[in-house]
Amino acid sequence: MNNNNYNDFQDARHSFEAVIGLEVHSQLLTKTKMFCSCQNIFGKEPNSMVCPVCLGLPGALPVINLEGVRLAVKAALALNIGINKKSLFARKNYFYPDLPKGYQISQYLDPVSSNGYLTVKMDGAAEKRIRINRLHIEEDAGKLIHIGNRSYVDLNRAGTPLVEIVSEPDISSASEAVSYLKALREILVYLGVSDGNMEEGSFRCDANVSIRRKGDSKLGTRAEVKNVNSFKFVEKAIKYEIERQIDIVLSGGKVVQETRLYDSKENITRSMRGKEEAHDYRYFEEPDLPPLILSEEFISEIKNSIIELPEAKRYRYVAEYKLTEYDAEVLTQDKDIAHYFEDLIKENNGRVEIKKLANWVINDLLFGLKVITSITKPVPEDVIRKAVSEDEGWTGNSKVIGNFVPQYETKLTDVGARNFLELILEVETGNINKNTGNTVLLEMLKNPNKKAGEVIKENNLAQVSDDKGIEDIVKQVLDENQKELADLIGGKDKLFGFFVGEAMKKTKGKANPKKVNEILKNLIEEKKKVS
Amino acid sequence: MDLSNLTIHQINDLLKYREVKSADITNSYIERIKKIDPVISAYLYNDFEEALSNAEYADKIIQKNKDFPYLTGIPLSIKDIFLIKGKKTTCASKILDNFISPYDATVIKRLKKNNYVFIGKTNMDEFAMGSSTENSAYKITKNPFDLNRVPGGSSGGSAASVSADLCAGSFGTDTGGSVRQPASLCGVVGLKPTYGLISRYGIIAFSSSLDQAGVIANDVLDAAIMLKAVAGFDEKDQTTRKFEIKDYPEIVKRADKSIMKGLRIGMPVEFFSEGLDLKIHSKIMEIKDLLKDLGANIVNITLPDTKYSVAAYYVIATSEASSNLERYDGIRFGGRFNEGKGIQSLDELYRKSREFGFGKEVKRRIILGTFALSAGYYDAYYKKASLVRKLIIKNYKDSFNNVDIILGPTSPTPAFLIGEKMSDPLSMYLSDIYTISVNLAYLPALSLPAGVMDNPAKKGGILPIGLQLISPWTTEARLLSVAKVIEDEVKFRDKYTPVI
Repeated sequence: MNNNNYNDFQDARHSFEAVIGLEVHSQLLTKTKMFCSCQNIFGKEPNSMVCPVCLGLPGALPVINLEGVRLAVKAALALNIGINKKSLFARKNYFYPDLPKGYQISQYLDPVSSNGYLTVKMDGAAEKRIRINRLHIEEDAGKLIHIGNRSYVDLNRAGTPLVEIVSEPDISSASEAVSYLKALREILVYLGVSDGNMEEGSFRCDANVSIRRKGDSKLGTRAEVKNVNSFKFVEKAIKYEIERQIDIVLSGGKVVQETRLYDSKENITRSMRGKEEAHDYRYFEEPDLPPLILSEEFISEIKNSIIELPEAKRYRYVAEYKLTEYDAEVLTQDKDIAHYFEDLIKENNGRVEIKKLANWVINDLLFGLKVITSITKPVPEDVIRKAVSEDEGWTGNSKVIGNFVPQYETKLTDVGARNFLELILEVETGNINKNTGNTVLLEMLKNPNKKAGEVIKENNLAQVSDDKGIEDIVKQVLDENQKELADLIGGKDKLFGFFVGEAMKKTKGKANPKKVNEILKNLIEEKKKVS
Repeated sequence: MDLSNLTIHQINDLLKYREVKSADITNSYIERIKKIDPVISAYLYNDFEEALSNAEYADKIIQKNKDFPYLTGIPLSIKDIFLIKGKKTTCASKILDNFISPYDATVIKRLKKNNYVFIGKTNMDEFAMGSSTENSAYKITKNPFDLNRVPGGSSGGSAASVSADLCAGSFGTDTGGSVRQPASLCGVVGLKPTYGLISRYGIIAFSSSLDQAGVIANDVLDAAIMLKAVAGFDEKDQTTRKFEIKDYPEIVKRADKSIMKGLRIGMPVEFFSEGLDLKIHSKIMEIKDLLKDLGANIVNITLPDTKYSVAAYYVIATSEASSNLERYDGIRFGGRFNEGKGIQSLDELYRKSREFGFGKEVKRRIILGTFALSAGYYDAYYKKASLVRKLIIKNYKDSFNNVDIILGPTSPTPAFLIGEKMSDPLSMYLSDIYTISVNLAYLPALSLPAGVMDNPAKKGGILPIGLQLISPWTTEARLLSVAKVIEDEVKFRDKYTPVI
């Protein structure tokens, strides 16, 4: 291909735009399943969390879990989706071994919420509003486990509450899709609606991708891409799919409507079933359940329980606390960190500047945590022995042998805000210096139940601030270094730092450096006068 | 004394005054079942060991307490659609041939609390689909008034077991007439309560929005006793409601002729048109005159949209059934096709298991319902049928503004011959023409023996005729009271007995 052709080719590719809509399935963090009282819990022995209802036994009937409804409404409210006071459950019928009843209870014509939007900060900081068509409640299916040429059914997951959140096709690139998903996930996790775990499948996404020539108003034929279980794969799969469709159109072909599966090993999408093989789900109203009627009180109670969302927090941190965007971002990325920071502000009650508190959290506490939790130790002997005796066919590829485990498992919240503030005040009031403060903090992170004051006392770390004590030490230092003193008086100002350092060394860092500076200055002035 | 032809309230009296033990009663039913049921085939199976142990337990309760629940020590049969823990429940289908229920239906739980005696599971049309019990995968049940005729269906085994005194009462289900029509054909009382009055939990679903458990009894008081024992809200069935459960037996006991004074009884013209056997027609007219003499106001009414009820019913019921029966896929329980060289694919496993496991009528209805719900047809069938259902509900509502209760026939014909309608599903479907609209409208209704007609095929033989009373939503007390007064006038039990 010569250069001209290549450019033409690129121009042709650029004349297309992608139109993407996402369907997100998110499990809800309820105690029990959506339509029965089985525990909603991951990772238990297959088929141990089941009952007649979620097994789909003859005669069993579903009962709506109000906690699930509450979480769904909470998510809908946070995503600005209109709540429908009357909604209907519907059956989605299809045969599959992991679907015990032969139908999934879902919502179809009248979902619990519809018409919303999410404002997403895209790459390059531009904001874009992605409309959300609907959020509805449904139940998850079980799982198939394939071992050799046999297949087994595990129904622990069957009946787990889900919300399906369907966006309008307002997304125009793979990176926008990821930004939207991240924003959505952040909100659901923040609200405690979902754990957002993509690997375990509690937060999943299908992408409807089509292309059209820029300027066209008509939508192209779409392909639904399934099986994208990480942000990275979402991005790659959509990118691949857009290019695939452009290739087809440029070579004179037509995109067909189909369901495609993403293969992360090869980074391609493969046709799973065409339009002809598409299921006819034969939706109809679930006759075993009455319409879901939500009262005004029910909705407003949930509304009032919604905590401030990360986006709003970031805005407030910048506006009210005068933090930088970066600091606000770090402090709000995780609900626990934001709560901790806000607790700290409350405890502080105006004593220390908020900007300083933010620095303490970001530069000292979070950093200290990272340091502490990266300290590892070899797996202890007894743990290894136990692992081997529990599993005789064990081949040694377990996490246990030859590995290291973290020595400390301290979490942010282990060091209480009040305790941390105590430490901050010790430093800010000059009782100890910043370096000592960090030593104390590390000690506190290793032993979270220790108070800052205790650590200081036990290790005798309190700063020497009394003028007399410091003056004695400084005098001693001057006496011990006559030559340097003479040079300093003679005009070698650089040596001032040397004396400060020596004095600090003598106090093992406990002296208040400000005081040292002051006293040293005075003494030298005196000596200068004398000479 | 023959202890097996008593009503529940008669047995209760005997137990209360320690005249007999439940074990005696139970034994006499067991003896009768052993002798008679090989001819009638009302039961799919009996559990006499269980029955006697239940009876023993009941006798202990009776000895200890003066006040014991009404059904204590009473042997009852159960349609094989109710799940009983540890017992086989087949729904008369091969696909559930080996299914042992791991839990109790709410109805069964409540019966156990009432210390009833479980004596056996009765035959039925497979998955309750049918009006003659001929669709059972296992056996043909005979009508106790004529062994060449069907007992009706789908609760045919239950009706026959009560009619032939093979139990003191029976629990069935009624989706389009499955309790009332067999009760009518077998000369016993059949009550289908308001939808939502009795929990459906643990009852194998045919059509969820129409299914309702019902009772089949020797007389109206027995029906009231049985209803009281099981009715009421169940947190496991969200279609049950917190209706007020009245003391139906006491209300029935107090009912007398005086309640007929000024009672407005509606007679829908649609229930007396073409297709109704003339002898049944005139029998209902006789009853009407009798009620008029007792002081009732007879009002001619019209339920114009009930002419669409069979059509609407067969769309709604088959649609829901096609979905409800999807769980019988051979994967987790019930029959799985495993013959020959083995199954090559998942689809084949489904296909073979369902082909082998389901009978002809069940397949017919699954196909009908699947079609009615499929893309492009939903609006034309399911949606339209749902609209017709709304119209029928309105017809009844409007009528009940002017009348207190509705009177008509239960079935257009008396018991028909075995095999007579098996090759003609439409004529079989029409045997529920008067009962179906009641299910569509969620109403309570009762079939009461009104008398007999001559058996055209047997000289000197008789065939029972049933009348149907339909009353407004949740007015079971009224329904039972009116039925009781008619029962006292007709005295069916005193006059007529089955041939066996």
